[in-house]
Parts: sequence; structure tokens; C-alpha cells
Amino acid sequence: MLVIGELINGMFKNVGKAIANKDKSVIQKLAKEQAEAGAGMLDVNVGPAAADAVGAMKWLVETIQEVTDTPLCLDSTKPNVIEEGLKLIKNKAMINSTTADKEKLDVLLPMAKQYGAGLIGLTMDKKGIPRDRHQRSEFAAVIISASMEAGLGHEDIYLDPIILPVNVAQPQSLEVLEAIREFSLLSDPPPKTVVGLSNVSQGTENRSLINRTFLVMALALGLKGAIMDPLDKELMDAAICAELILNKHIYCASFLDAYRKK
Amino acid sequence: MSVELLKEKWSNTINTLTIGGTGTRTSKVTVGGESTLPYLFNEGDIPNKPVIAMEIFDAEPVDWPEVLKEPFKDVFKNSAEWAKKCVNEYKAELLCLKLQGTHPDFGNASTDKAAEVVKSVLEAVGVPLIVLGCGNDDKDNEVLPKCCEAAKGENCLFGDATEKNYKTLTAACLADGHNIIGESPIDINIAKQVNILISDMGFDINKIAMNPTIGALGYGMEYAYSIMERARLAALMGDKMLSMPFICFVGNEAWRAKEAKGPQAEHPEWGTEKERGPVWEATTAVSVLLAGAGILVMRHPKAIEIVRGTIERLMKKG
Repeated sequence: MLVIGELINGMFKNVGKAIANKDKSVIQKLAKEQAEAGAGMLDVNVGPAAADAVGAMKWLVETIQEVTDTPLCLDSTKPNVIEEGLKLIKNKAMINSTTADKEKLDVLLPMAKQYGAGLIGLTMDKKGIPRDRHQRSEFAAVIISASMEAGLGHEDIYLDPIILPVNVAQPQSLEVLEAIREFSLLSDPPPKTVVGLSNVSQGTENRSLINRTFLVMALALGLKGAIMDPLDKELMDAAICAELILNKHIYCASFLDAYRKK
Repeated sequence: MSVELLKEKWSNTINTLTIGGTGTRTSKVTVGGESTLPYLFNEGDIPNKPVIAMEIFDAEPVDWPEVLKEPFKDVFKNSAEWAKKCVNEYKAELLCLKLQGTHPDFGNASTDKAAEVVKSVLEAVGVPLIVLGCGNDDKDNEVLPKCCEAAKGENCLFGDATEKNYKTLTAACLADGHNIIGESPIDINIAKQVNILISDMGFDINKIAMNPTIGALGYGMEYAYSIMERARLAALMGDKMLSMPFICFVGNEAWRAKEAKGPQAEHPEWGTEKERGPVWEATTAVSVLLAGAGILVMRHPKAIEIVRGTIERLMKKG
């Protein structure tokens, strides 16, 4: 699966402070640690508080690329923040994210095409998050057909059914899981799916257990990637084990070690 | 209307392993490096052809049938002469010296004696060398480190390391710069585990060859084939711990079969063993070639000749 490391986000106090003080060491340490722990991509989010979001994004991209070649996932609701980041990208990048709104798709799909970037499509629109799997599938179909029209390849699009905290909207967890299964019927080969995993446990007491349980269930239904904490070793172990059980790699006694040597 | 064939694209390539080419070796062999399934030239690269290693011993083999002994009768007493004969007469490009005589049940030759034999073979010929222990763990752990040392700088391939006995040989190969064979009993899970155990000791995975253990024609060949096929598929899909080239001990397996060695006197309907034996060995060899074998360790000159021809034909693209 594609693990997108979530820790470089201005929402976290240490990162927000590092951005404000231009403290490279904090960011670079997080980048290296996540890559070493198995992140195939690093999410980069300047956070809600950054005074100069564009400047912060540019600084983050440059700072991270000084220490790792791991592809970056540029995370912002503002297309211009993403585009300024994309201009500096040395390796492959992903845009996080578009919604199914036409005005967003019209901007972000050509941008993804222009910069050779992948794109995460949230299956929602400006009216909000869908209440069930069926609405999610409708938005997914809109995003897929728009991306095909824009000339993006199948491998460039990840659909995100949007997880809500289990303590806030408990019925939604099942809807998201079922949506992952339903998305797979939309095209052949099936579209890829990604989730912002930690959201499921937001505000709960036993976050790591909830995260890894949800991840294993979602992987069983065909999930291909997650924005998550790669430094949570139990979470990573559960993901590796789930893929083993799904026959994605060959068993051996040291299967965790073997996976990490890849 | 032309039909466009669907081509498979793989994300990983098989490791490239080189034996010899250093020290007093006058040649080297390189195997591996494939980025596609065996002989599918249209789907990827196959930069190196499979090679045949001729098997020689440090003592007269105890279980070889007459038809197999015949070509080597004059050299059994002297491994160096045996090596020369293989290179000069049978054009061997790689040799495999099995130290069978060190086995407690088959002569119990001393460590020093074994190291001397290794040295004498290296002095006699310039081709790269594979060195195998006798299969008795305790004795091998005594003998093989000395032999590694005796062959230091020659970039040999030493075997076999197993799941239960890999540390001593791995450390010795690491110290003296040799390649190593990881062995598993026709078991893909253990094959992967052995490779991890060896690499966890700091061993370069590009210096490991995988002995998946095979069965001869009629004795589980198809089982071995499917294990090799599965390992190769996993390797091409990205499993680094199964990306080592295969070494297959074809001669050892084929000549255990009664269909190969049984004399015509006992089985009149089977025809002469002079034909039957080599063909049994060649058939086993070709099967593992098709499963992706990189190194074939073989015995009978006639079988080797047949398989050389097959390799040549297989490697002709298109």
C-alpha cells in the first residue's frame, strides 16, 4: 500500500512553530524519519495558521527535498499554494486535493496534467460530506470521468471517501468502508482509493487501536493508500500483516523485517 | 487488423551475481539481471545467459553409476586433474567442487586437506569456482571457513547456508569476499527467510544465490518448478528478498533416479542407460531453466552438451 506520512502539517504545534521560525531541522527530521519508517510519500500541509501560506509551502518543499527524494503530497485547499509548491518539485508529486465541484476540477485537473502530478479526489462537494456510500459513489464517478476527460491516467487518481471520527458520526465508518468496495466497480482497472486515516480516531481515547483496526478493514476492501502516521509501529505492522494475509507478499518467519527491507 | 499483444511490465529486476574475475581467476561468469520471466525477450531484458557448472569432487564419488563414472575414471584421484579435464576437454566455464570427502561417513578428510584441494583446483584452472561443503553441519562449519580463507580474493561461490546453519559460513564469506548460496527445502517461505537471515548479518544481497532445492524428472520436478516460478513472480513484482538468481543442483538430483542410473540388465524395456541417464539429467536441467535457473550444476558431459545447445537456442531472440 502507499503510505503517505502525515506528520508535516502546520496543524501540529511543533511543525507550526518550525514554519514560523524557519527551523529546518524539525522538518527535515520528520521527513527522514517518516521515509525510513516506510512512507512512500510525504504529505505537506502548511496548516491553518501560516501567515504566508505560499511562502510556507515553498519553504517546506525546498527544506524537505534537501534531505529526501521521497515524493511529496502537497496538501492545501488553495490551488495557488499547491501550484507554487509544484513548481519546485524535483520528484513526482501528488495534489491533495480536489472535490467533485466543477470549479475545483477545472483548475486542479489541468494543473495535475501540467506538472505530471497525481491527484486525490475527495468524494464530496461544497455542500458538504455525503451521508452515505451511494452519494460518495456519485461524486467518485464525477471525479473519474472528469479526470479521464482531462487526460489523466488511471494511476494518477486516488479517490478519498472521507472518514469522519467514529465518536462523532459512527454510522459513517461503515459507509466509508462500503464506499471503498463500491468505488472498485466504477472502472476497470478499478480506481485507487486513499483515506486520511487518523480522522477516524479524532477525539477518541485509544487512537492507535482504532486507526489500525480501520486500516486493516479498509485494506481488506481494496484500499490502496492512506495518509497516516508511519512512526506508529503497531499501525505499520498491522498494515504489513494485512497485506500478507491478502497474499500481496510471500510469507516468511521474519515477514515484517522482510517487508521493511524492500 | 493487427493484434497488439498485452505486455507485462515488472517493477523489479533479478539481482546480478558475478563469480570469479578477481585474484588468479582468468574469467568470470555473471548471471541474473532479468527484468522479465524466463526467455520472454519481448517483455524485458535478459542480459545474461544461464551457465552450467561442472561438478567435481574431492574424492571418488561413492554413489555414481558406471555410466557417470566412465568419462572421469582417470581423474577421480586428483581434483586438480579432474578440474583440468572439465575445462580442457569439456569446455567448462564454471566448476563446482563438492567436498564430499570431508563427510564423517565418507572419508572424514581433514580441514587442512580440504583447503589444499581447494587451492590445488584454483591453481590448476582459471575458471571461477563454486565450493560446497559435505552437508554435515558441524564438519562444514569447521571446513568451509578454512576453505574460504584459502580461496580469499578469488570471488568464489560457497554453499550451502541453511535456516538452521548459516552464521559461520556467512561470516566466513563476508570476511573473505565470497558469494554465498542460501538453501531451502523446496519451500518458498524458508527460501525468503534464509535470504533475510544472511542479509541481516550485513551480507550484500547481490552476492547471494538461491538454491531452492529441486526434484528430478519423476521426483517432484513440477513442484520445484512451481516454487521457482512463484518466487520469480514475487521477485519481479518487487520482493527484494526473493530476487536472487537460482542455482540448481541438477546432476545431484537426476542421478539419484533409478530411471537415470538403473542398468539395462535390470530394466530391459528402458533401453541403454548410456542414453537414458544423460537424457534424464538434460530433461531435468531444461525444466529448471524454463523456471528461471541461472546456474545449473551438472555431471554428465553428454547431458551438458545437450543443455548447452538448448541454452543457445533459448537465448536467440525472436
